[in-house]
Amino acid sequence: MNNIFNYIDKPSPIHRLSGATKFICLMLWSFAAMSTYDTRMLAGLVIFGVVLFRVGNIRIKEVSFVFGFMAFFLVVNTVMLYVFAPHHGSEIYGTSTVLFGSGRFSVTAEQLFYQLNYTLKFFATIPVVLLFVSTTNPSEFAASLNKIGIKYSVAYSVALALRYIPDIQSQYRDISQASQARGIEMSKKASFIDRLKAASDILIPLILTSVDRIEVISNAMELRCFGKNKKRTWYTERPFTPADIIAMVLCGLLIALSTWLTCLNGGRYYNPFK
Amino acid sequence: MDRDILLQFTDFGFQYKAQSKPTLYDINLTLRRGERILIAGPSGSGKSTLVHCINGLIPFSYKGSVTGSLKIKGRESRDMSLFEISHTVGTVLQDSDAQFVGMTVAEDIAFALENDCVGEPMLHDRVAEAAKLVNVNDYLSHAPGELSGGQKQRVSLAGVLIDDVDILMFDEPLANLDPATGKQAIELIDDMQKRTGTTVIIVEHRIEDVLHRSVDRVVLMDKGRIVADVPADELLSGTLLEECGIREPLYITALKYANVPITQDKHPASIDTIRLTDEDKRKVVEWYRNTGEDEPEGLTEQLVRTESLSFTYDGGTNRSINDISLEIKKGEMAAIIGKNGAGKSSFAKVLCGFETQSAGSIYYMGYEITPMSIKERAEHIGYVMQNPNEMISKVFIYDEVAMGLKLRGVPESEIDERVEKALRICGLWRMRKWPVSALSYGQKKRVTIASILVLDPEMIILDEPTAGQDYRHYTEIMEFLLDLNARGITVIMITHDMHLMLEYADRAIVFSDGRKIADDKSYNILTNGDVINKASLKETSLYELAGICGIDDGTDFVRHFIGYERKHKRGQL
Repeated sequence: MNNIFNYIDKPSPIHRLSGATKFICLMLWSFAAMSTYDTRMLAGLVIFGVVLFRVGNIRIKEVSFVFGFMAFFLVVNTVMLYVFAPHHGSEIYGTSTVLFGSGRFSVTAEQLFYQLNYTLKFFATIPVVLLFVSTTNPSEFAASLNKIGIKYSVAYSVALALRYIPDIQSQYRDISQASQARGIEMSKKASFIDRLKAASDILIPLILTSVDRIEVISNAMELRCFGKNKKRTWYTERPFTPADIIAMVLCGLLIALSTWLTCLNGGRYYNPFK
Repeated sequence: MDRDILLQFTDFGFQYKAQSKPTLYDINLTLRRGERILIAGPSGSGKSTLVHCINGLIPFSYKGSVTGSLKIKGRESRDMSLFEISHTVGTVLQDSDAQFVGMTVAEDIAFALENDCVGEPMLHDRVAEAAKLVNVNDYLSHAPGELSGGQKQRVSLAGVLIDDVDILMFDEPLANLDPATGKQAIELIDDMQKRTGTTVIIVEHRIEDVLHRSVDRVVLMDKGRIVADVPADELLSGTLLEECGIREPLYITALKYANVPITQDKHPASIDTIRLTDEDKRKVVEWYRNTGEDEPEGLTEQLVRTESLSFTYDGGTNRSINDISLEIKKGEMAAIIGKNGAGKSSFAKVLCGFETQSAGSIYYMGYEITPMSIKERAEHIGYVMQNPNEMISKVFIYDEVAMGLKLRGVPESEIDERVEKALRICGLWRMRKWPVSALSYGQKKRVTIASILVLDPEMIILDEPTAGQDYRHYTEIMEFLLDLNARGITVIMITHDMHLMLEYADRAIVFSDGRKIADDKSYNILTNGDVINKASLKETSLYELAGICGIDDGTDFVRHFIGYERKHKRGQL
């Protein structure tokens, strides 16, 4: 079964890092990637990210669904960006080198370069997010959220949601099969509107049974003293190891690098057109 | 004050906020340290409410008004917090899936300690210790999906035991287990109690299975009151169980049919303890000789045939089916049995076209139906899911039942006619304008059956038709299915309930690890030791009773019993 958003348990140096480390690194990395449009830096992050993916022993196939989903949004986004602001690149870089075409939709080197950077940003962050999700045990993730100051009840509900995703997926499958038998058409034979209506007929029983389930779970949790104290401990929490410190320092350096580049470039953009 | 009294109800009553009448009346019950009690009662008798009162969910999560007093270890429970009560009473919930809140076995066992801020290395040590106690220490890093029902229940038990509670309460521990696992669960509870000296409360309506190991007292509830609080031997010698709609152990029923007087001094609590006189045994043998009749004629017309049917889920071998060849006769009422994951449901899903086989063929009245869509097959083979809530998507009963026809574009006038027919068969016509939410579980089940019947299938497959039902509702649903069968509809039931199969299925098809391992008359299956072991079933106590009375052919004795029981139930005797 293709898991949409799930932990993949494999031995790797990245799996061995503590959840909190990975979470902090993810934050630092994303901040570094968000704050700069420097092509060299972004390209470096993309390559580094791919290397980490290999280190984490996660194969593209295992996350292909989410990756494809996000790539789809990237394409839509890029097209929109061009349609609505075809000369945004020229505004940023201050020059306009028309490659071909004329008028509003003339293609400039600056615009292409800007959109290249934009795409690089995507490839610099998304793989790392996926890496985080697939190498971090959800309860460790919850523990790390709690560690950085988020209330444990909130943190735990995140973990619990992840815990029940596979169950709900299989329940959805069962309900949808039974509904199809009664005549709800979910295949491509039906029109989009019909399929949307059909989906709502499946979602109603799914939601109602989930509500029942939530009541049972919350009772089960309270009966075992969830919410008794302001704090709780975590079975999966691990103390920091030297590897954790190194990882966090490295990611801290990324921020420093991106800040240094910003100063050097006199702004967030690296301008080769000057 | 007696320090050994852990729990004391005095003139206790409870009324839910939204209800007009109390659910519990005049409850007087005392539980001492080290005691083992069984609380039994039909659905709606108030036993779940009593459970909630004991573990503190009432009044902390479910609001309502309490009268009288409930003292837990000498303190009025109202003055305690839910968490304080939880340290005294540990509850193992009926649905061990829902109780499983951790991502892995270890985390789930650790849950209560985590909430109590227990730190390392204590946390890991105590988890390891508790896991060892219930024998799940090899599975610490497993996710719930990788465990069997019995293992999940052991994990739940460890998660409660870790807190050193005084009282262990099991809410319907047998509901989701196959017969052999259920038997092991009762043995586990018993051993755990003997080793730790904990006080145990088991809430269950399957009395025969619980009494496999002894209890000190049985508390019988009916209509919100305690109607008996006596040793099991005494309860089984009376007629109270029958009056409350609880199923007696089968050997007791057989003895009653044979006119054997059942008294306390015969220790009727379990087939292992019962002492029968020679006179009693003679009566049983005589009854056996005088009953029994010719088998009804076998059905011959073939409805469905599968040939070497195989199917594998992407995930792995579990739940897959392998080389299944079988025949279903027109007008038959048969059961598909086997433990969880044996491939029973997968087989049904392939039959209905929900999944496509990797090899083999399915013939319906002689025609290969593999090319037919789910929707087309549903007009011949209907499938009723276990949980009716998973099938109902409309607000009103009429719309729900009409849905399949509307989606098929059937003309309005014909829809009216067919829906009326289906609703009348299912005894729901009077309620056609009601919202589905106003119905009981059993009635909802009938709505889902009606919504399948309306499509006029020749055959329906029901997944666990009576799961979680007490004897009265069980009988109601099963008699209804029998009635459908009498109208010519072929009924196939997927189940691990042995009573159901014995009483209602003429034939049982047994699955184990994705293969068909037996296909025979139900009474032959349930007396075949080899099949029983492989399919995680349990020998019926009737077979043992035959042995005790010196009847050599135990299988034939079971067959006589079923024949007699069927007539008896339908008032022909």
